Amino acid sequence: MNHQVLAPAGPLSSEIAQLFWVFVAVAAVVYLLVIGFLVAALRRRNEASMRTALRTVSVAVAITSVILLGLGLSDFFAGRALAATPHDPLRVRVTAHQWWWEIEYSDAQPARRVRTANELRIPTQRPIELELTADDVIHSFWVPSLQGKKDLLPGYTTRLDLIASRAGVYEGQCAEFCGFQHAHMSIDVIALEPQAFTAWYDAQLSAAAEPQNPVAAHGRDVFLGSTCVMCHNIQGTDASAVAGPDLTHIASRRRLAAGTVPNNPANLAAWIRDPQALKPGTHMPATQLAGDDLAALAAYLSELR
Amino acid sequence: MCLRFPELAAVLLAMTGVAGCEREQRRFSEPSGDALTITTPLTDIEAGGQAQPAVAKSPYDENAFAISEGQRLFEWFNCSGCHAHGGGALGPALMDDVWIYGSEPDQIYSTIVQGRPNGMPAFGARIPRQQVWQLVAFVRSLSGGLRKDVEPGRTDSMQMRPAPSQTQDNP
Repeated sequence: MNHQVLAPAGPLSSEIAQLFWVFVAVAAVVYLLVIGFLVAALRRRNEASMRTALRTVSVAVAITSVILLGLGLSDFFAGRALAATPHDPLRVRVTAHQWWWEIEYSDAQPARRVRTANELRIPTQRPIELELTADDVIHSFWVPSLQGKKDLLPGYTTRLDLIASRAGVYEGQCAEFCGFQHAHMSIDVIALEPQAFTAWYDAQLSAAAEPQNPVAAHGRDVFLGSTCVMCHNIQGTDASAVAGPDLTHIASRRRLAAGTVPNNPANLAAWIRDPQALKPGTHMPATQLAGDDLAALAAYLSELR
Repeated sequence: MCLRFPELAAVLLAMTGVAGCEREQRRFSEPSGDALTITTPLTDIEAGGQAQPAVAKSPYDENAFAISEGQRLFEWFNCSGCHAHGGGALGPALMDDVWIYGSEPDQIYSTIVQGRPNGMPAFGARIPRQQVWQLVAFVRSLSGGLRKDVEPGRTDSMQMRPAPSQTQDNP
């Protein structure tokens, strides 16, 4: 698991972690002082005069006001840093569905837009501007190592910036209860060095790999001749539906079904045969396929790097 | 909290009512394949004057969850591309009482599975049987063919008319 609020991997999450430690430190000092004064007051024998008491309380109120003002200001500056409009960001549209994430990289040229699912790859050191929206109910995007939470609302777009300082895999999770499989709605943010990101992006633009052997070729026929094509898209074939995740490069992703299981041919076959067993309530229906067809289909999809 | 006998009895009765309610049943995994497959001839004219087949009952006519799933699939599978949210465009309207190929559940099922001349594609190999029956239930709800309390509420798409749950039965 790589999601830690207090191990920030970027300047924005550093702001949040810093704010957290400032509040913890100030609150700890105040707490100790208050307890200390309380103990001193309980042990005290003689009673203070009205004048002394008034002065002590006035000083305490003044100190409290200054502390609250200071905390308020640090909160304001942290919020301002998080909300600053980045210069030349990479814009990515994230649409939350029950229960997966649709990701589309925007580009002025429609042919250079990449559509993928459940895995957001970003270049390091470059600001990313996410345009967040939801398709059905309210979800919330939370990658603790990189940023705070932001809700995704149906019919409305919210914005969130991410910056990753170093390469790595940062896991995220839907943070707003969104139905039966809310717990199985993870997103992987994978930060790559800029050159590696460009190479990955260009690979994503290409059409799906042609099957390299007869089994995989049969798998493609199974895919195109069965229920898969009503919801899924594989670039370069006739399958072009957009109700479910894009499968053009499914084998390049780490996990299946929004982080439910690791991506390997065995899990893929199990998922296709009976998704309800792995993720009860998911909108993907069970597909009745003969053993050979299922194995061929899994072999074909495992080749789509 | 302590319940006296009449209250306890009322609570237990309400619980059995909920447990036995078909309307609220949620079945995510169904026996698919042959159990849900039926064949209905397109016409009752048959050489030798055979008897008409029995009309199959739709498994989802009283299940609110399945009907709203049908409503979702109607958009996902682009039925609206031709039937325009039930109002009709390239394909016939589904919210009136004109049925070219019949309004019984098994007839609508066969229309979806087999396709029909002049445009309706055959979805038999493309849509799992369970989902076909969910679509059948939703299509029937469009013209007020189902019970009022199981019909879906309004959609997020363009409204051709008030939601099925708010219209009169059998227009």
